[in-house]
Amino acid sequence: MFGPLVAKPGSSKDNKTGSWRMLKKPKFLHENCIGCGMCKLICPEACVTKKDKNFYEPDYSYCKGCGLCSYICPKKDIIMVKEEE
Amino acid sequence: MRKFLEGSHAVAEAVKLSRVGVVSAYPITPQTHIVERLAEFVANGELNAQFINVESEHSAASVVLGAEATGVRAFTATSSQGLILMSEVLFNIAGLRLPLVLVCANRALSAPINIWNDHQDAITLRDSGWIQFYAENNQEAHDFIYQAYKLAENPEIMLPVMVNMDGYILTHGMEPVDIPSQGKVDEFLPPYTPPYKLDVENPLSMGLLGDPTVYLETRYAIQKTLEDVLKLIPKIGEEFKSIFGRKGIALLEKYKIDDAEDVIVAMGSVCGTIKDFIDKKRKEGLSLGLLKIVTYRPFPKKEIFNFLKGKKNVFILEKAVSLGSDGPLYTEIKSLFEDSLPKICGFIAGLGGRDITFNTLEKMLAVGRKEMVSSYFLDVNHTLLRDKFFI
Repeated sequence: MFGPLVAKPGSSKDNKTGSWRMLKKPKFLHENCIGCGMCKLICPEACVTKKDKNFYEPDYSYCKGCGLCSYICPKKDIIMVKEEE
Repeated sequence: MRKFLEGSHAVAEAVKLSRVGVVSAYPITPQTHIVERLAEFVANGELNAQFINVESEHSAASVVLGAEATGVRAFTATSSQGLILMSEVLFNIAGLRLPLVLVCANRALSAPINIWNDHQDAITLRDSGWIQFYAENNQEAHDFIYQAYKLAENPEIMLPVMVNMDGYILTHGMEPVDIPSQGKVDEFLPPYTPPYKLDVENPLSMGLLGDPTVYLETRYAIQKTLEDVLKLIPKIGEEFKSIFGRKGIALLEKYKIDDAEDVIVAMGSVCGTIKDFIDKKRKEGLSLGLLKIVTYRPFPKKEIFNFLKGKKNVFILEKAVSLGSDGPLYTEIKSLFEDSLPKICGFIAGLGGRDITFNTLEKMLAVGRKEMVSSYFLDVNHTLLRDKFFI
């Protein structure tokens, strides 16, 4: 008898780690973004994507709310807000 | 062909004939001769395998885990501190359902540092999901290797096996060992065909996150599979016997037990001493037998119960102790009986290589008849003990 042990590539997407987020989430203000891409690079979940020039967005299904994107943003264009905001 | 071999070399011969593809190990007494000989085989071209040198047992176990994950028959051997350094990886190997075979040359655990034999190292790994066999002599240690791979690689089992042999007593003790031909081994043990493996042509992932929705099922599956192992072991033993002409693996071995009133229960090489002891005591008119536990994991509860029920006294002699509780064998066997019969007593002996002699066994019978004991240490030298630390 076997439990679920092996999987085809890409199965990690099934783990919606966004549910692990507590208290705060990042809010991308889209006011002063210079498109440096640091938020995308530093995200440990790799859940920040570039949608357009100077326009990045996190995927809240996977964002654990670590706050690193907010910390690294040189223009303070990402702030941490309460979950319900 | 019969050869006069020490146990380590008997095992190395079996590993060679099993055509393993990867060997990785880190030297540790008293296991070292096994992999030393395998390294020679590889260097001489007698064994077509990769021998991978590593910097620790943790790495050795990781290398053979990786080899097994890519579908290669692999082997490692260790002892004592090496085994417990491997322990993190050993749990992973069982959890990943990789059919590795490991030989543990059983040795005491530190501190104090001690290179001599007892069973504490392997017993400590009893909850890891590994199948555990205990060899009584060099021939068994040799034969168990083929049967271990046969069992482990069964596509419905896929669990690792630890073959235990007593350090020094077997690893360095010389005995005649019947080495089969390559043809017979190939007939019994065909090449390993993994049901799943890491392969760049057909990528898959192993060792993924098992969150609360799936982890419990992976453990349940191992538990259920180990029940199947209990049924499969006697069949593999029969098949072994039909090809090699000598007894194969079993759950238990009984010695003069059917008509015996009293039974000693033990594992490993000490069973040889006990058999001689029983012959002596029977001449003196005592009705004594031995139940040798060959398969310790999975634990053959039903079979042990059937052999011991109706007996008068049961003496459980073990070379390990769960400090603060009792001997693990005692605890598990005692739990099988709700009634007060048989009277079951637990004894700890031979720790750190202390010889278990006829005198030890005589003392065990005397105490077990008179008292109710669960973890009675035999042969304690009380003159060595003080109330305070001393130099």
